[in-house]
Amino acid sequence: MPEELYDVEANIPANPIEDLLRMDRIPHIWCPGCGIGTTVNCFARALQTSGLDLDKVSVVSGIGCTGRVAGYMRLDSFHTTHGRAIPFATGLKLANPELKVVVYSGDGDLTAIGGNHFIHAARRNMDITVILINNMIYGMTGGQVAPTTPVGATASTTPHGNFEETFNLPFLAESCGAVYVARWTAHHVRHLTKSIKEALAKKGFSFVEILAPCPTLFSRRNKLGDGLDQMEFYRDHSEIKNGADTKTVALDFQSKIIVGKFVDKERPTYIDAMNAHYKAKFGDRYVPSDEIRKLSHA
Amino acid sequence: MHAYITGVLTGAHFIDGDHSCAEGAIAAGCRFVAGYPITPSTEVVERMADRFPFVGGIFIQMEDEIASSIAIQGAVWAGKKAMTVTSGPGFSLMMEHIGLAAMTETPCVFVDVQRAGPSTGLPTMPAQGDMMQARWGSHGDYSIIALSPNSPQECFDLTVHAFNLSEKYRVPVMVMMDECVGHMIERVVIPEANKIDIIERKVYEGPKENFQPFDAGRDLVPMMVRAGDGYRIHVTGLTHDERGYPNMSVSAQGRLVQRLVDKVRVNADNIIMYKEEDIEGADVVVVTYGITSRTAIPAIEQAKAKGLKVGHLRLVVVWPFPEKRIRELAGKVKSIVVPELNMGQMVYEVERCAAGKCNVVCVPHAGGTVHQPKDILAAIEKSIRGK
Repeated sequence: MPEELYDVEANIPANPIEDLLRMDRIPHIWCPGCGIGTTVNCFARALQTSGLDLDKVSVVSGIGCTGRVAGYMRLDSFHTTHGRAIPFATGLKLANPELKVVVYSGDGDLTAIGGNHFIHAARRNMDITVILINNMIYGMTGGQVAPTTPVGATASTTPHGNFEETFNLPFLAESCGAVYVARWTAHHVRHLTKSIKEALAKKGFSFVEILAPCPTLFSRRNKLGDGLDQMEFYRDHSEIKNGADTKTVALDFQSKIIVGKFVDKERPTYIDAMNAHYKAKFGDRYVPSDEIRKLSHA
Repeated sequence: MHAYITGVLTGAHFIDGDHSCAEGAIAAGCRFVAGYPITPSTEVVERMADRFPFVGGIFIQMEDEIASSIAIQGAVWAGKKAMTVTSGPGFSLMMEHIGLAAMTETPCVFVDVQRAGPSTGLPTMPAQGDMMQARWGSHGDYSIIALSPNSPQECFDLTVHAFNLSEKYRVPVMVMMDECVGHMIERVVIPEANKIDIIERKVYEGPKENFQPFDAGRDLVPMMVRAGDGYRIHVTGLTHDERGYPNMSVSAQGRLVQRLVDKVRVNADNIIMYKEEDIEGADVVVVTYGITSRTAIPAIEQAKAKGLKVGHLRLVVVWPFPEKRIRELAGKVKSIVVPELNMGQMVYEVERCAAGKCNVVCVPHAGGTVHQPKDILAAIEKSIRGK
């Protein structure tokens, strides 16, 4: 018989997001049951239907499991230092406002070591999209407690249970000035894809928190089963409440998860405010940065 | 290539070193500055914030020095020339990102207007205590270039030069000022734009397929592309291969780190700059840099008046260190005297290169003010007594 009939691989359809992945870097490092890959799939599909020029999209990550996302996306991608993806993204965006800059990182990276940058980028309404994967733990370093670890959960550095108050991230983002705030779980792939697409289209600081299972270091230590069990938990315990007051969406240990789009409002971005201010103040004497950029590369 | 005419304030000015440094950056083509206020460096960013709206530049005051030192790197990957400015405590906070810039070969300039430390120290008073930190402050092995201006004029000239070196070698370059030089007001002459030599990074514009962003040629410096140009590059602080992809192997680490170190080591002769006076036939050479070069002058003159043969070698480029020249001099002179506004830092380099061939004398000072020339004179005299 002809050999082709036995070529199983030839009959597997191409992964529809392959053009957005660095396939020469696959397989990835994430554990079986980890939710990060699912979110990357949603992100890629959102990009594919976003209408954005993908050559003008940059992904910036910090350090940690989610920090590896930048390395797998076939986009301009920057894997920076721990906690500092947002200030790197700030420089990138200000220096070339034509870029769509997406920060993709974890809960510990963005809200513990990088918390200061998170609140100030939101305050300035820096025109970037921040996608935060919340697995409630520091995964890559072995399951230490994070600002997002629920009270009562166990981590390697809270072996007797966590008693620290937990961040309510949508409330934090909104109170600092984010113009788009949403939360989903890795189970809500359709809602999440749509939400990321909206966040990408939003001018200003847009923020999407995604709960994702860490079966190896969070679920196992807390006796919550594997990745599938955690996804079932998301399915059974999530409630969609679009427009919910972010004060009311705090997370507890294995309690109800409020998901949805909480904030979608307008506010001048940093760059718009800067240009408007200097134009009003100096008129034609003001030379916007992007004009120089175009001139110098004409 | 010459400076872009917009923003070059050609003419004679009476300004301090901080302001002069800002003008040097603008003349060099710097159009992105991120900074955080800290004495005695703040005047640099204040001037940038004032001037940038008219020359197409962006200044942003970040939430801290950590953010400032990485925001500039984002701007560089979008195609800008960028700089941050600080003093001791802020410089300490920036160390991780000096390593990032070295690892990702991101050309950028760090200005450190040094004050007395450790910790908060003497915020408004001079020191030169960050010289070793500039070279070794970030973890791991890498190389940087550091310059040390001794006048407001040199704050202009060497800031332009810092950008040129940074663009040429794709390394972070430090301008190691101090409070005295930063706040000293003197005549600064800014040349016409077409008299200011400017070096730009080598930009790759070839085919996108199989482009390897960290594949360096014989000069060890890879060509650069910008985010948004369609090359879909990956840049990481992890050990990486020529494609820019993380590679956790011993061989990739060896290859990359060797090149990062060699970039400056192999080109050291082209980078090193020092100024010498009366070295020929000298028994004693005073090695200085920055403000200390000026406090040493009266001491050297007084020693000469006493009949001693004293030469002066001033480091303009501090890192890489002029090893060959110091080795050579150590074989000829009786002693080398090293006054520094610290408890002894660059003197270790002098001792290493002298390798016991001559007497090396440190003239330490904890900072807060400059040396008394009489202390340097005493060290000069003591250094050859009994030799």
